[in-house]
Formats: sequence, C-alpha cells, structure tokens
Amino acid sequence: MNFDFSEDQKFLANEARKFLEAQCPMTAVRLVLNDDDVSHNQDVWKKIVEMGWLGTAIPEEHGGLGLGMLEVCVLAEEMGRVLAPVPWASTVYFFTEALKLAGSDQQQADILPKIVSGDVIGCYAASEGPGNADASNVKTSFDGSTLSGTKIPVTDGDVATHAVVLAKEGSGASLVLVDLTGDGVTRKTVQTLDPTRSHAEITFDKAPATRLGKAGDGDALNTELLDRAAVLFAFEQLGGASRALEMAKDYALERYAFGRPIGGNQAIKHKLAEMYVKNEVARSNCFYGAWAVSTNSAELPEAAAAARIAACDAFWFASKENIQTHGGMGFTWEVDCHLFYRRAKLLAVQAGAPKVWKEKLVRALEQKNAA
Amino acid sequence: MDFNDTPEEAKFREEARTFLKEHLDAKGDKPLRQRVDGNEFMRRAKEWQKTKAENGYAQITWPKEIGGRGGTPMQQVIWNQEEGKFDAPTGPFTIGLGMCIPTVIAFGSDEHKKRYVGKALKGEEIWCQLFSEPSAGSDVAGLKTRAVKDGDEWVINGQKVWTSGAHYSDYGILLTRTDPSVAKHKGLTMFIVDMKQAGVEVRPIHQASGGREFNEVYFTDVRIPDSDRLGDVGAGWKVAIVTLMNERLAVGGSPGPDWGEIMAYAQQAGTMSDQAFREKLADWYVAAQGYKLTKFRTQTALSRGQTPGPENSIGKIITANHLQDICNSAIEMQDHYGIMTDSDRMPADAIFQQSFMWAPGLRIAGGTDEILKNIIAERVLGLPQDVRVDKNVPFDQMKSG
Ligand SMILES: Cc1cc2nc3c(=O)[nH]c(=O)nc-3n(C[C@H](O)[C@H](O)[C@H](O)COP(=O)(O)OP(=O)(O)OC[C@H]3O[C@@H](n4cnc5c(N)ncnc54)[C@H](O)[C@@H]3O)c2cc1C
Ligand SMILES: Cc1cc2nc3c(=O)[nH]c(=O)nc-3n(C[C@H](O)[C@H](O)[C@H](O)COP(=O)(O)OP(=O)(O)OC[C@H]3O[C@@H](n4cnc5c(N)ncnc54)[C@H](O)[C@@H]3O)c2cc1C
Repeated sequence: MNFDFSEDQKFLANEARKFLEAQCPMTAVRLVLNDDDVSHNQDVWKKIVEMGWLGTAIPEEHGGLGLGMLEVCVLAEEMGRVLAPVPWASTVYFFTEALKLAGSDQQQADILPKIVSGDVIGCYAASEGPGNADASNVKTSFDGSTLSGTKIPVTDGDVATHAVVLAKEGSGASLVLVDLTGDGVTRKTVQTLDPTRSHAEITFDKAPATRLGKAGDGDALNTELLDRAAVLFAFEQLGGASRALEMAKDYALERYAFGRPIGGNQAIKHKLAEMYVKNEVARSNCFYGAWAVSTNSAELPEAAAAARIAACDAFWFASKENIQTHGGMGFTWEVDCHLFYRRAKLLAVQAGAPKVWKEKLVRALEQKNAA
Repeated sequence: MDFNDTPEEAKFREEARTFLKEHLDAKGDKPLRQRVDGNEFMRRAKEWQKTKAENGYAQITWPKEIGGRGGTPMQQVIWNQEEGKFDAPTGPFTIGLGMCIPTVIAFGSDEHKKRYVGKALKGEEIWCQLFSEPSAGSDVAGLKTRAVKDGDEWVINGQKVWTSGAHYSDYGILLTRTDPSVAKHKGLTMFIVDMKQAGVEVRPIHQASGGREFNEVYFTDVRIPDSDRLGDVGAGWKVAIVTLMNERLAVGGSPGPDWGEIMAYAQQAGTMSDQAFREKLADWYVAAQGYKLTKFRTQTALSRGQTPGPENSIGKIITANHLQDICNSAIEMQDHYGIMTDSDRMPADAIFQQSFMWAPGLRIAGGTDEILKNIIAERVLGLPQDVRVDKNVPFDQMKSG
C-alpha cells in the first residue's frame, strides 16, 4: 500500500507553498478584486511562468518539465490555498489537457511550448446559458474551418490568447481550437460572484478555427477532459477548504467572547470538527482521483466524480462556516473570508455543478454493475 | 502512488489467504445471516480462535514469547482485510484481545501474563471491559464503584452497565474508585476481576434493538487480591487511557449494509430512476470511499513504518451516521412494507431493518458522536478544552445525576 504522494512530490508541495505564500499573499488577490480593469495578477503569473509550473505535465520535447499529473495535483492544492488570481486552472487543467488529449502532433508542437513560455494563455469555453453545457445541447457551431456562436461565461476568456471550444459539428459535436486574438472574435468582460478571476462573453463570427481530434468526438473528449480537470479542480478546492479551516481555527483561538476564546464553545468546536471530517473525506477521494488520472485507470469516471463531489462539499461547507465563525467581521470586505466563499462557488460550478457529477457517478456505477 | 503490496506484504497476504481458505467459508458462500444458535456460534468462535493462535495468526503484532507472531502492524491490517472476506466468528474476542489483554500486558506482573495471555489468545477465556456506570459513561472518570482495602485484598461494591459480553466472560478489567476524597481522575484504580466468583451478578440488558449483548454487572462484597491490581493505587486513569488507546485500529470492514447493498436493492425494486435517490446514492458512495481510502492512508503510514496521522479519527463519526441514513432510506423506499422485519420475507434478508435498530447504538458505543467531535476539535485542531467545572473538586463533593 502506497497511497500517498512521494517524498519528491511532498518536497514540491512544500516549495510551492513557500513560494506562493511569499509571492501571492492576499494583497495580491485583492489587487484583482478591487479593480474591475485588472483581470489577473500579471506579476504573480509571470513568476509562476518563470517557475516552469505551466509545463509541469508537458513533455520535455515540448519544453515542459515532463513530470506527471500527480505533480499538477500537488500544485493545484497550493494554488487553491492562496486563491491564486491567475488563469492557471483554465490553462493547465483544461487547455493543456485538451491539447494533450486530442491535439495533433502539429497542434501540440505549435502550442505546448508557448504555454510553457507564457506566450499562450488558454481557456475552455462550453457554457452558453443556464444549465450544464454538454455535447448534446451546445449551439455554437463549427463548419470544419470556422466557428460561430456565443459562449458565456468563459473563465479567463478575456485574458486568454486561445480557447478550446465545445461546438456542434454536423449531427455531432467536436472540440475546436481557436485563436482568440484572430478575426471574428469579440470579447466582453462579464461580472461574476468571484471578481478575483476574470470572465468573458465571447462571440465567434466565422472565426477561423481548427478541430482537436476527429469530427464528432466532442462528446467523448469533453467527458474525458472534464474527468481529468475535475480531479485537478478537486485538489484546488481541497487547498481552499484546508485554508478556510485554518483561518476559522486561528480566529476561534484568538477571538474572546464571554470571557474566553469562542473556540472553547462546542458549537464552534463541533462545527470545525465537521469541517475537518469533510476535508479528510475530500482529501482521500482526491488522492484516489490523483491515482486514477495519473495511471489512466478505467476507474477514472467514478474516482473523478467522487473527488469532485467531496471537494465541492468540503469547500462549500468550510467557506460558509468560516464566515460564520468570524461573526460580523467575517461579513466585511476587508476580512478575507468572503474571498474563499466566492472562490468556492466558482470552483463548484466551473467544471459542472455537483448535481451533474452525482448523476455521472451513479451512471458509472450502474454501468459497472451491468458489466 | 499505488495500491500494491510490497513483495513481503504480498507474500504474507497469499499465506493468509491460503490459510483462511483451508479453514473457513468465504462470505456469501452460505446464505446471508443464517442464524446460528448462540451456543453453536460460541463453540465455532472458540475453535476458530484456537486455530488462529496455534498458527500464529491470533495477534500478529504481539511478540512471539507471548504467543503472537512478532509481525508488523501492516501484516495485522492485511490479515484483517483477508479475514473480513470470510465468514469468521471473531466477535467475542474483540474487546478482550483488543483492549483488555493489552492492558494486562502493559501493567500486569509476569505471573499475570503467564496466567492470562495465552488462554485469552487461544479463545479459552473471554474478557470484558467494566468501565461505564449508570452515572459515568462519556465522563467515565466519574464512576462510583468502590474498592476498599482490607488486608491483602480489596472489597468491591457497586454497579457497572453496558458491559458487552459480561454474560459469557471469564474475566474483566474493572475500573474502581479507591479514593473519593481527591479529584475524580486521581482516585481511580484498575483491577483484574474473576467474573465467575460469588458476589458478581450479571444481568443482561434488553437492548433497543431487541438483542441482549450487553449487561448490568453488580458487585457485592467481591474480594480481589491486591496482586490482581493493574498499575498503582490511584493510577487507574492512566491505565484506562491505555485500554482506550488500544481500541482496535479502525481497519475492520463496514458495520452493515452500504451503498452497494442499497443500490442492489433499488435495482431489483426498479426504483433507480428516482432522482432524489440517485443523488443520495452518490453521496453515500463518496462517504464510503472517503472512509475506505482514509484507512488506506493510515495503512500507508503503517506500511512505511510511520505513525499514522490523525485522519483515522474521522472513522466512526462517518460510518455510524452513514449506516443509519442508508437503512432509513432503504426502509422508506420499501414504503409501508418496509416496517416488517421477518428476514424470510424481507428484501436483503431484512438486513436494513436489523441495522436500522443497531445504528443508534453504534453512534454511542466506544465514544459518542459528540465526544468524538470534541476529541477532533481538541486533540487534532488544538481548540480549548471544554470548561471542566469538576476539574479540581474532590470527588465526594461533586454534583452528579
Ligand atoms: C449585517 C449586519 C448588521 C449589523 N447591524 C448592527 C447594528 O445595527 N447595531 C449593532 O449594534 N450591531 C450590529 N451588527 C453586529 C451584530 O449584532 C454582531 O455581529 C453579532 O452580535 C455577532 O457578534 P460578533 O460579530 O462580535 O461575533 P462574535 O461574538 O465574535 O462571534 C464569533 C463567532 O463565535 C460564535 N460565538 C460567540 N459566542 C458564542 C457562545 N457563547 N457560544 C457559541 N458560539 C459563540 C458566534 O456565533 C460566531 O459564530 C450587525 C452585524 C451584521 C453582520
Ligand atoms: C452497544 C454498546 C456497547 C457498549 N459496551 C461497553 C462495554 O463493553 N464496556 C463499557 O464500559 N461500556 C460500554 N458501553 C458504554 C459506552 O461507552 C457509553 O454508553 C458511552 O460512553 C456513553 O455514555 P452514556 O451512555 O453514559 O451517555 P452520557 O455520557 O450520559 O451521554 C448522553 C448524551 O450526552 C452527550 N454528552 C455527554 N458528555 C458530553 C460533553 N462533554 N459534551 C457534549 N455532549 C456530551 C453524549 O454525547 C450523549 O449524546 C457500550 C455502549 C453501547 C451503546
């Protein structure tokens, strides 16, 4: 039994934590929060590029570090802890993975090195309106060479240079790669619950685009891409949830009411113990997801869904009860609790809401039982 | 990251499997929960325990000198996993070998070890844990059973309650109050007690679930030689902590029907299309996986020769509530029919109904949900202890009720 990260991976986590605590404190997050014209923290992003992290799971032949998905998981958790206000998740979990999954040799050779160098920022565009977007209901269409339609919201859509788009093609769907700086692309920033991450409405009007993979593979590719991304998002959520518990604990120890720390009251103690239980359930499910994604296991669909469901639940609970533990202070703009509450909600819907994943999970279990 | 055994672990697992196959039926070979008569069950349990002991599988981590295998904690985990796949009658020995005998080993004399350990290991003698009292459960240090010194002996008077297995036990470890004039934790002393002697009266308690697995135990002028004291006079709390710490590593199987069973039932009953049920099923799967995988993390630490982290403290809080919730849903799924308990008639041999009545006890036994949350808050998260109004008050001046 070796159900844990390796010493090297733990070392990476530790280094990343030190680096991010120094380079990406909450003041760096607030720079993005407080200014509508700032889409992401360019300074932090530049340093992350310099660290080479964008190439973590990109092969060395394309300029990456050639490490595996486990290393990406480790970094994702650390990004989650500091609420990194950068297009990391869009570029790494979605865009890079889509290219690795379905890109031609040429597409990979053209773009992967530019991700590593920071010249390309990627995003993933699926949503078009209320409700979960999938291959059966998207209206944006690809005709083999151009793309038309509107995607909203697209996380990091206003800062990205490229997008992977889920689009209809003929009677099926495809994943499509598009240069957002090219012709036929209009972008408008949209306001969201989490202003520390930028979002756009993107309209494509016969925008030149190329397909990732084969025509009609969109459904299968989208499913696999989401399974992989779900695990990485889950680690990011776990990082946020762990940090929220630490904040609540620290405050509960230092805040006095009725002559003693509020953390001496069972209502607070038990609330924090419940956070701990949820976080550990999430962590264990995340580990399993990490194993499944790193070994391309046939169990990835269940493992990814379980990691995502557990992590959504943990971060939601920890972020809302962290505010509660902080009392009136938790409800102020200046105290950081609401930033976690906001991010928890973004991460819980960005790759499909928990309800969607619960249905996916049960279908996977049914299929397994039938087999 | 992988789930593979090391070569040595794989070798031990294979050995264990071969041995188990030779002696037991795999679970599921026989109809579920075929009720055997209590005496027949006990005969089989003792026989199996003896077989294990004779072949070095009874207590794997114990040193060879006292009948163990001198093996690693990881080997014990592997054994438990494999034994759990078979229809192994192990229940009657869990408390004795898991909690009582380790306490005897830690605090007993050489004579005690010679006299008691081997027999317990071979299943020839069964032990129980006599801690809880009517007014001392979560707050077990508030117990009242008195031990008064008389020459070389102690005279015991008082009452214990909830003592699992007392009705078939030969010995017990008994926590008593020897000095009521000091604070509650300071006046306790632990003894070995012969359960078959005069003055010990065991009265089975009729449980809410209908069974009679635990008991009231009355002590009337029971005499225990001073040589059967475990630890110093007044040091009983320290001894009790060792007993409680030895509660089995949470590596056993799940205590009843889980998501797989309720899903199988829903498929058979044609109720899988209920959207609310599907969402709950997903939650149960995630919780069950969370529990199982957390044990894998603990095992990883053991396999590396490290001390496991605090994560395994989440175990019983999850499993007990999880079981209660699943059983409740399964019964409601059966609608009015679900109220019946006849195992010949009911889906899944009425296992949901049986466990529905067992689950409330599981949330209380071995530390209630509330006490376990306190432990996580205080020992894992470092939050302040509850206010202890009785902390430095002499026991005989305390309020109780
Ligand atoms: C929107 C809003 C409007 C407000 N308007 C007004 C107003 O107009 N006038 C005014 O005077 N005040 C106002 N308040 C202040 C409000 O009454 C306090 O925030 C509230 O009483 C909590 O006090 P606190 O913020 O100091 O939190 P604390 O008392 O520090 O509590 C922090 C946490 O500890 C918990 N806690 C504290 N003591 C215990 C205990 N004994 N047992 C268990 N848990 C405990 C709390 O429940 C909370 O979760 C307002 C607050 C808000 C959020
Ligand atoms: C199936 C079963 C088997 C058992 N077997 C044994 C055995 O073999 N030997 C043995 O010695 N005992 C045994 N017990 C007893 C068990 O250890 C106690 O029942 C348990 O510790 C709770 O004590 P109590 O029943 O006195 O409840 P109480 O301690 O009176 O608790 C009542 C309620 O108050 C809550 N409460 C108490 N203190 C606090 C606190 N500080 N903060 C918040 N809430 C609190 C509890 O959580 C509970 O909900 C068994 C119990 C069961 C159910």
